[in-house]
Amino acid sequence: MFAGISLLPQQASTLAAEVDALYLFIVAVTAFFGILVTVVVLVFAVKYRTNDPLAVGARIHGSIPLELAWSIIPFVISIVIFAWAADVYFDLQRPPDQSLEIYATGKRWMWKFQHLDGQSEINELHVPVGRPVKITFTSEDVIHSMFFPAFRVKADAIPGRYSSVWFSATKVGEYHLFCAEYCGTKHSGMVGKVVVMEPSDYQAWLSGTSGGGSLTARGERLFSDLACNTCHLSDGRGRGPSLVNKFGVSEALATGAAVSIDEAYLRESILTPQAKIVAGYQPLMPTFQGLVSEENVMALIEYVKSLQASGGAAVSAGEARAEPAASAAPQENR
Amino acid sequence: METTMTAPGVTYLNHEHSVSSWLLTKDHKRIGILYLLVVTFAFFLGGIFASIIRLELSTPAGDLVSADTYNKMFTMHGVAMVFFVLIPAVPAILGNFILPLMLGAKDVAFPKINLLSWYIFVIGFLFTVYAMVTGGVDTGWTFYTPYSSRASNTNVMATGLGVFITGFASILTGVNFMVTIHRMRAPGLTWFRLPLFVWAVYATALVMILGTPVIAITVLALAIERFLHFGIFDAALGGDPVLFQHMFWFYSHPAVYIMILPPMGAISEVIATFSRKPIFGYSFVAFSSLAIAIFGFLVWAHHMFVSGISVYSALVFSFLTYAVAIPSAVKTFNWAATMYRGAIWLKAPMIWAIAFLGLFLVGGLTGLFTASLGVDVHLHDTYFVVAHFHFIMVGGAIMGYFAGLHYWWPKITGRMYSDIWAKVAAIIVFVGFNLTFGPQFILGYLGMPRRYHVYPEEFQVLNVFSSAGASLLGVGYVLIAIYLVASLFKGELAGDNPWHATGLEWTTQSPPLPHNFETQPVVTEDAYEYSKREIKVV
Repeated sequence: MFAGISLLPQQASTLAAEVDALYLFIVAVTAFFGILVTVVVLVFAVKYRTNDPLAVGARIHGSIPLELAWSIIPFVISIVIFAWAADVYFDLQRPPDQSLEIYATGKRWMWKFQHLDGQSEINELHVPVGRPVKITFTSEDVIHSMFFPAFRVKADAIPGRYSSVWFSATKVGEYHLFCAEYCGTKHSGMVGKVVVMEPSDYQAWLSGTSGGGSLTARGERLFSDLACNTCHLSDGRGRGPSLVNKFGVSEALATGAAVSIDEAYLRESILTPQAKIVAGYQPLMPTFQGLVSEENVMALIEYVKSLQASGGAAVSAGEARAEPAASAAPQENR
Repeated sequence: METTMTAPGVTYLNHEHSVSSWLLTKDHKRIGILYLLVVTFAFFLGGIFASIIRLELSTPAGDLVSADTYNKMFTMHGVAMVFFVLIPAVPAILGNFILPLMLGAKDVAFPKINLLSWYIFVIGFLFTVYAMVTGGVDTGWTFYTPYSSRASNTNVMATGLGVFITGFASILTGVNFMVTIHRMRAPGLTWFRLPLFVWAVYATALVMILGTPVIAITVLALAIERFLHFGIFDAALGGDPVLFQHMFWFYSHPAVYIMILPPMGAISEVIATFSRKPIFGYSFVAFSSLAIAIFGFLVWAHHMFVSGISVYSALVFSFLTYAVAIPSAVKTFNWAATMYRGAIWLKAPMIWAIAFLGLFLVGGLTGLFTASLGVDVHLHDTYFVVAHFHFIMVGGAIMGYFAGLHYWWPKITGRMYSDIWAKVAAIIVFVGFNLTFGPQFILGYLGMPRRYHVYPEEFQVLNVFSSAGASLLGVGYVLIAIYLVASLFKGELAGDNPWHATGLEWTTQSPPLPHNFETQPVVTEDAYEYSKREIKVV
């Protein structure tokens, strides 16, 4: 009767085993205390039962040592769980360097993934096994939530913000992708699958799927189509700041504050440029809110990330962003 | 026991008969009955919605109702149950009826405001019912933006208005109870002689007064955005969707304690009475209510661990969540310890209380999973969370409400219900409840998201168990209605104190006099001093 019911979902990422170990530890702790209290209550209920409504129980008012014991022991156990869980949470929140970067957007009711090489897919995501994958995503309408149960990762897709999840798949196969945050009529239809492939199959899949140019190349086209390049000159003499070697560094703002130039700041600066003006520049840039789709914002960001002059200190380890913009196009051929 | 019991002559029920004597009553006991009627209707309504949800989910395909209808069902189930059953059930029904009696008072401090609260509650409920029958609402009871402010085409604001209005009933009741407890205690009834139900209601009143204005502000802000397009929560208008979640949970997490603290108080009364002993660690149980009420305001963002809050604020909220779990654990251990060397009389209210202990225990312990950051990322918005909060809100709050209702029913009506049927119902509800929500823990860990109209086939078996359990649960609830109503006509007379309990409410007749007591009671001893009777010590 119970055949076919598994108690744990498939374990298909490095994090899944970590989360399951903690989960099973809490199962053991709670089962112990749950059974203990239940047995105590039932034993008392049977042992001390009486049908004499005039019988009276022992006059016991309490015990400070016992009260302290059953306050402190659960507290200590809670702290152990808290610390362990926080450790796992840090792992879940911290993608390793060298992660394969993928962009995604959620909209009612589909997930669209964009690979750096230009391939895009809907409600399906192909990734290689054994390599950390970081997905950066946002929502184009309401809040969604990207959930891969087999990887034990989830994050809300929030309009106006970037979220990310990362995982390193350990087993080739197909696993569920769910939208976990209620988003309207077809919330339960906003599902898909992640296909974990052997690296060689993944390479074959990449080259077999027409990309239409890498994300960086698309960003570069947009950069000139939208006339960004007329102000953001690479030599720093334009009306806007140069964007070369800027990703990942800290920049002083006109207000005196500092901002770390990350995906969220770049997105904000494209859509609401007046929000945080770099020191020394005038608030001249028009807003691109409503003119650039979230997907194109991601392409622009990827282009800015690629603008790393050789020898630049800010070059981060990701191979995709290490290559200069000019050589982005041939990447399709690999 | 007396064999010839005579019904009391004048009672609060029979001294006036006209409809206006009910609708314009300032008697806290009649107002309690008025709340009982509305809340029971809301419970029935919420139960119908739940039945449709469980029927739909017995197959993986969406074959019973459309996706939009399904979304409205779980939304309206949540709205009806949270705002019109769980929040008012114990404070407004049992609190109204019993609190002044427990204090030896003639009524609450502000009887007219008490009646006003009921009218505000009913107007809020009517708005909500209007919203439901004229198309419904589909945002989930959580009304998350920007879905609720921009995307949903359903009656969001009519429902919001209903919730907004009802909040004022809650605030007024809170103020009323707090003043009553401060000012209306009988001579000799010092703070540490108060029954623990009073402490629980006091802590609840604190949460109602401090928390409820925030949900009113939140709904107002939502209305301003929806109608006037001010960017408060909608990113496209320059707002922040996550701000809504902060504001919503700043009320709605403490609201969980509005739901669970009063039933906890009722459980303390029932366990002490039927163990014939003082509650073990009275002051720990009393102060744990206040600790829960205060800490309860500091944990709201544990609903938002995957909503893009910073890692460090997640750490703080996770830690504080463990802190708030401790007073609940302390209460549970004290209840169990109270039974040690008691003279345990296993009448129906005690069976309900033991069932409460079992379910609340599971609800509380599964909170350790959702409070832990690393595991909650996986569990958030899955059926694990659905199961966890139903164990707290139904297994805890509703079971506690029924324990209290069975305990005070003879006082309220002057009649006894069938003890054996009440025990059968408690067991059916206990088994049905576990069968309904137990499998959902597994479903949740397997990854089934909540609010899904259709789901992958591998989840069907567990969903069928859950739906079967829900049917059993429904049978249990109908059974309660049958024997309680039957008791009104056929029940034996209860007498003043059928449970041989301590407490001032048992010193007056059942049903009580219109003004509760013939003479002003005076209290000379602590609560639950059974052994001073010195009849027979086990």
